[in-house]
This record gives sequence, C-alpha cells and structure tokens, in this order.
Amino acid sequence: MLPDTPGKPAPVTGATLDERIANAKKQLDAHFVEIVKWHFNPETGTPFWLEKAKTFDFNPLTDVKSFDDIKRFPIFEDEWLRGGPVRKWVPKAYANRGVYVFETGGTTGLPKSRIVIDDFKIDYEMMSDTLPDQYFPRGSNWLMLGPSGPRRLRLAIEHLAQYRGGICFSLDLDPRWVVKCIKDRKIAEANAYKEHCIDQALTILAGGHEIKCMFTTPKLLAALDEALRNGKLEDKYRSLGKAIPSGGLRSIKAVGITGIFSGGTEFTPQFTREAYEEMLDNGEVYMTPTYGNTLMGLACSKPIGPEDGFKITYYAPQPRAVAQVVNPKNYDEIVPYGGTGRVLLTTLTKEFFVPRFPERDEGEREPPYEKYPWDGVSGVRPFSEIAGSTVVGVY
Amino acid sequence: MIRIPALRFGKPYTSLDKATLIHHATGEPVAEVSQVTGSQISRDVGTCARARKDLAAIPIKDILAIYKKAADYFLNGTLPCGDAELTFADYVRNLSATTGSPMVFCDRNARKVHYVLGNIEEVIGGLTRGLDVEALDRGYSLKNGRMQAFYPTTDVFGAVLPSNSPGVHSLWVPTLAFKIPLLLKPGREEPWTPYRVIQAFLKAGMPAHVMAFLPADHAGASDILRLCGRSMAFGDDRTMAPYKNDHRVEIHGTGYSKIILGEDEADNWEKHIDLFVEAIAANGGRACVNASAIWTPRHGDKIAKAIAERFAKMKPRAWDDPACEISGFAKPEVAEAINNLIDESLKTPGAADVTDAVRGTPRLVKEGRVAYLLPTVVRCETPEHPLANKEFLFPYASVIECPQADVLKRIGYTLAASVITNDAGFIAEAMACPTIERLNIGALPTNRLTWDQPHEGNLFTHLYKQRALQLADGHTARV
Repeated sequence: MLPDTPGKPAPVTGATLDERIANAKKQLDAHFVEIVKWHFNPETGTPFWLEKAKTFDFNPLTDVKSFDDIKRFPIFEDEWLRGGPVRKWVPKAYANRGVYVFETGGTTGLPKSRIVIDDFKIDYEMMSDTLPDQYFPRGSNWLMLGPSGPRRLRLAIEHLAQYRGGICFSLDLDPRWVVKCIKDRKIAEANAYKEHCIDQALTILAGGHEIKCMFTTPKLLAALDEALRNGKLEDKYRSLGKAIPSGGLRSIKAVGITGIFSGGTEFTPQFTREAYEEMLDNGEVYMTPTYGNTLMGLACSKPIGPEDGFKITYYAPQPRAVAQVVNPKNYDEIVPYGGTGRVLLTTLTKEFFVPRFPERDEGEREPPYEKYPWDGVSGVRPFSEIAGSTVVGVY
Repeated sequence: MIRIPALRFGKPYTSLDKATLIHHATGEPVAEVSQVTGSQISRDVGTCARARKDLAAIPIKDILAIYKKAADYFLNGTLPCGDAELTFADYVRNLSATTGSPMVFCDRNARKVHYVLGNIEEVIGGLTRGLDVEALDRGYSLKNGRMQAFYPTTDVFGAVLPSNSPGVHSLWVPTLAFKIPLLLKPGREEPWTPYRVIQAFLKAGMPAHVMAFLPADHAGASDILRLCGRSMAFGDDRTMAPYKNDHRVEIHGTGYSKIILGEDEADNWEKHIDLFVEAIAANGGRACVNASAIWTPRHGDKIAKAIAERFAKMKPRAWDDPACEISGFAKPEVAEAINNLIDESLKTPGAADVTDAVRGTPRLVKEGRVAYLLPTVVRCETPEHPLANKEFLFPYASVIECPQADVLKRIGYTLAASVITNDAGFIAEAMACPTIERLNIGALPTNRLTWDQPHEGNLFTHLYKQRALQLADGHTARV
C-alpha cells in the first residue's frame, strides 16, 4: 500500500445532511479563495493566468471572497490548451518539479494539453476511498483495459492499483486510430483493432496474474464479455497448453474479476442495467461508473442498481473540482434540481485552475446527499447541440 | 401510446432506452419502441445455433402450413402489438402515421407481404428454381436421378430494415421456410410490419425462439451485419459502402432503375407514357425499382414534357385520402435537403426541370408539419450531368438522349431495366449486359415484379451453398 500523496482535502464533517451541506460550502469557499490566490500570486502563480489577469476588471487577489465570485472569471476556452509553450501552465512554485503532460483529442489538429504533477494521484486516491474492499480487495492486481499513450487514465489506474497494494497490467490501445477509422467509415478496421485490444487483455488474463480488479469502458466491457462468451479465453488457455478450470472461463465472474471501475458518457442506465443483469451475474461482480476527463479529474457515482432504475448520478470531487448544471444560454444560471442543463466544470487545484469550462455534456441537476453533500449531475450524455459532431470510438 | 418491446428470440424485453415515434401529421406520440444494444444483440446471436437445429427438426410441410396460417392471421387477425391489439386496418393506419407513406400505399404494400406468406411454396420454388421442398428436410434432392445437396451458411439471418415501404419485408419473409432463424432490426419509424409478421407466425405455431425483433441504433445495425453469418441491409450508397465487398451481406441500396427505348420504339414514345409514369411514380416513387431515368435515342424533349404534364396533375393529399399519389416526408428537413440538392445541381448547365415550367409552382410544398416533393422530370443534355443518374425519395426521373449503340455501355449499375424494343440484336445485347440486374424486355414498367424469380440477390443461395454429397448404400441424411 502506498502512503497518501500530500494534498488530499479533509473529509466533510457534520451530524446532519444540512450541516454537512453547509460545511461543504464553507470548505469550497475557503479552498476557492486559496487556489485563486495561489495561481494569481506573482511568486507562486501560473504564467498563463498572470498574463490573463491583465485583462480582468477585478483583482483576483483581493476581490475574490467566496465561490460565488467565480462568475467574475471568464468562461474557460479549451482552445487555450492547444499548442505551447506548455510551461505557461506550470505554476512558478512548481517550476522545479517533474511535470507530466496529458492530452485529450488529437485525432485531427493539435490536441489539448494539461500539465499534471500530483493531481492524478490525489484524485485517484480519493476515488480509491469510495471503492468497497469486498469487491476491490487490497493487494489484488488490476487490468487496465483502456487507452494507453498520453492519457491521464493510463497512469492514474496504475497509481490506483499501486495505492491499493496491487500491480496493474495494461495494453497498447490508441483511441485516436479508432476514431480515425470510424470517421473514415472503416468499420471492419475499427472492429479488427478492438479485437486486437481484447486479445491483449485475454493474453494478460491467461497469464495467471490473479487479476481481480479492472478498469474498462462500456464498449470494451461489452467486447470482453462477448469474447469470453465465445470461448476466446478458453481458446487462449488451450493454445498455451493450460488446463481450463472446471467452471469454464466464459464470463467476467468466471475469470475471477470481482470489481470493475468504468467510465465514459456512454454509461447510460440501459447499458448499466445490461451490464449488471447480463454481463456481471446480476451484480455479483461490482461495477462503479465514473465520469471524468483530463481537465477535471473524476466524479464518482452513487451506487447503482435496480432499486432506482439504474440511474447514474455523479458527484465531482469537491472542493478540488465543481460540476454545475447550468442554462446553456446563460452559464451564470444554475438550473433547478431535476432540471436539464449543460455541465459546467471548474477545476481548483494548486497545479491547475480551470474556471467554468462548458463540458461537451448535458444532464440533470441532482441534490446533495450524505456521502457527497453538494450538487450532483445525472443522465450525463453528449450535449444535444453538438452531439452530432462527436465521434465516440472504443474509449 | 403503444409500448412495443424488443423480442429477444422468445423473450419480450422492455428496455430503459426507448424510441418515441410520432404521427407525421399531428406530432402526437404513437408508439414507444424498446431499443437494445449491440452487446445484447451479440448475446442473442449466440443462442442461434441451437435455434437453427430446433427449426431444422420441424418438417418443411409443417413449416409451410404455419406460413399459410400466418398469412391469414396477418391480413384478417387481431394481433398483439406490445400492449395493444391491432387489426390489419389499425396496423396500416399506424404504419402510415409514423412513416408518412399514405395509407393507400401502406395497405397495398402490406398485401405483398401477405401474398408472400400465403404463396410461400411459389416463392420458394422461384428462389430455388424448382428444388423439391423436401430437400430442406433432407439437405439434398435426387430429382431426376441428379444429386443436389446444400448446407446452411449461417445459424441466423439478420435483416437491417428501412422505414420507407412495407413492401420490402416480402424479401426476408421466406427465411424461416429455409429453416434459418431470423433476426429483424426494424427501421426506426417502421416497427409495425416486422412485429406483425412475427406475431402472425407465433399465433400460427412458429417457435418463439427462432425469431427476434431487435430495434437498435446505427451501431446496433453494424453489429448485426458483423455478427450474423448472413444478412441483408437497406441503405444508400454511402451507408452501404463498408459492406460492398462483404459476401455475407446482401445489400439493397440505390436502384438506379431505368427505361431504355430502342431505335425501333423511340418514335412510338407516346404510347408508352402511361408506362413511364407508372414506373417513375408508382407507390410514391420511393422503391429501388422505380425508374429514375429514361434513355432514348431521340424525342427527349417531347417525352420529358409529356411526363411533366401528367406529373403536374398530381397534388399532395392527406395521408388517409384513398386517392393519394404522393408520400409526405415525416421529416420536412429531408425534403428540404433533397429540394436544395436538385436546385443546386440545376445550376450546372445542361439540365432543365421540365415539370417546373409546366406546373408553374415550386417543387417543395409544406402543409402543417408535413413536406411534399412534387413529381419532377429533368431533361439532361448528357449522361454526365449531375442529375442524370440520381435517385431520390420521391417520383423523380431524368430524360437523356443517347444512341442505342452506346446506351448499354453508359447506363452503369441498374437494378431494374425495361428495354422497350423488338430489335433482336439489341435484346441480345441487353440479355448480356452485366450492369443490369433485373431485365424486362418489352413494354413492362420497371416496378412490375414477379414473385417466382429472385430480386437483387437470391435469398436461398445466400443462405445455402451447394456441395457434393455421396451416400453409400443404406445411408440417408438430414440437415
């Protein structure tokens, strides 16, 4: 088990939900002021923001008192993240630290880049705290059935496994190639690539590494399930001269996986229900959906199941990130609980400050609850006004 | 509103994802259709090896009897449709409501499905060229002392279906008679016919686990074409391009059907005007066998004008008007896009919309929520004009002059060609023309089909391959 990375926020306290909601708000207000001061202080600040501040009609160091003041900042344009020099995003206080760069997009044109030092570790350690040990046993090994390359996920899952005392196995998966195939309508090539990825996963599973936990996406989970049902892992065992266990290897449960951490906006209630009922032996294998991206980090879901119609509600890792559901025509207006709006993300860490970034998703605003005493978002799906232009690959 | 579940080889399934179908004219919701995912389709396809064996074990005579009964139930019965029960008239009304195709067309085309169900032996005979039906039980025939043996190429036949006309459903209906389980993905606006045929089969005694009704999105359609050993799919050239070289998929795409006048008949064009109009405009002009071009050695201007004068009399009418001749577009933006494409293409010199001059009113008509495209004839000076070889979802044709000696070299792919001539030499050339799929010689419209001959591929040779088989004395075989 690895020790905690410094920077993890203190848990919200309070005897009642109302008290917890009030305390969470206080924590967010204080954290927001601290982060703004950090990024706009000439000693510690981020070159990009120090330059940007020259165009503001307020002083971030003195005029920001609470999270409500976020409305004074401009809407974050992700175009700012395309192209370099990438050092403009590294806070001066971290000039001598090792810096990772993670990318999103990149199928055509310049990808968007985000610098990271420790944020991915902190985010995934916080996420780890939400995983039930019964299904994600400490010390067990992981399979990362997801993207490789300059992606945050690749390192984050490996860190999650190590943080929980396990070792992570991963594969080569280039999602940009899949998106290119789909855009060019090369469906057979895209399918062949998916099979290539699944074959790598089967090889790892056939290796006797006692893998019990897995990260994957909805599409790859379905593809793995299909391959197992069709006896592909059993074929792999035969080709390696290994004996097939008496119960067979034709389901995710049968191969010994007990917990699945999954992500992506394709996580619809229907897919979740199908996975629960038809791939994961009616919930005997535990699956927790998450919602995240390279900019924000990741939001955890309330536990899912048939009792609430497989509804998926995400809560951002406040105070390090905030997800608001807003009127797409007026980002200052938060929709009422249950109302539909565009997801507006804010990232508030010492490494990276992203105020009010309009995500490519929409959803419904959900009320706080005990575990996450702040607003959540459910029914996340591609924002209807731009949905047609989004190509979803295997990841 | 009717709630229609998916049918997963015998198991009704109500999904959390549903497509709501609305009435094209009123905007009222008509039905809610459960959608399945590609991975569910994959899981269900995995059950088909067993289903095929079960279906193979039923004697063909029993299966044919089920078809006869199903035909009766389809036309005369009240059959379940999700949480409703529908008569044939109810079914036609719903079909018209969600597709925008007039009730009179829906009724006429649905009766084609009934015909195939009720005359399945004739249809099978046409597809197998007279093979003894018992061969479907035994796997071989020894008619006239000649061994003909076949084996199935797949455990399931998948059909990715369109929303535009129920007539196309007659193409997959024989599948179960060939003892192959059937997986249907309905067009989004047309769940009605596939669901009703399945219900008619069920009532007639067909085992439920050999049929599936799996509404899905485009990705689900791709999964069906990927997973089924044999399938058919309907779509435009762009949608079908990835499957062009996939022998497992029978493509039903753009037809580019044509009427070709020989030198000897060109001067008699006036007596064929009724035929031209029927070939272009029958059934709303949306079928792949509707003519989309007339090629003639001369009199192109006169032919175009004469057709335009007939087309100018066709007016939009309400969807439930028995005199309706033109289909409405349930999605007006589709009609607008087609109209814009034609107008843009007319800017290329060398083509004129003859109907526009005769009718004097715009091609695009909007009435309430519905849009119509009025029948259109474009006179093209050369076969290279962008509008010369186009097919649209409404009665549309180009008229092109071309010498008889060149025409067969220049027409390109043609699903149905009516070659109107008595010239034996030209007939011989047409018979040998490799780009024509269905050939009519003489004054027959392109849309006149016979059921005892294959259409755009042969379902039997798609589902079965011939093999050599020898049986030692005392041996028999069964599939």
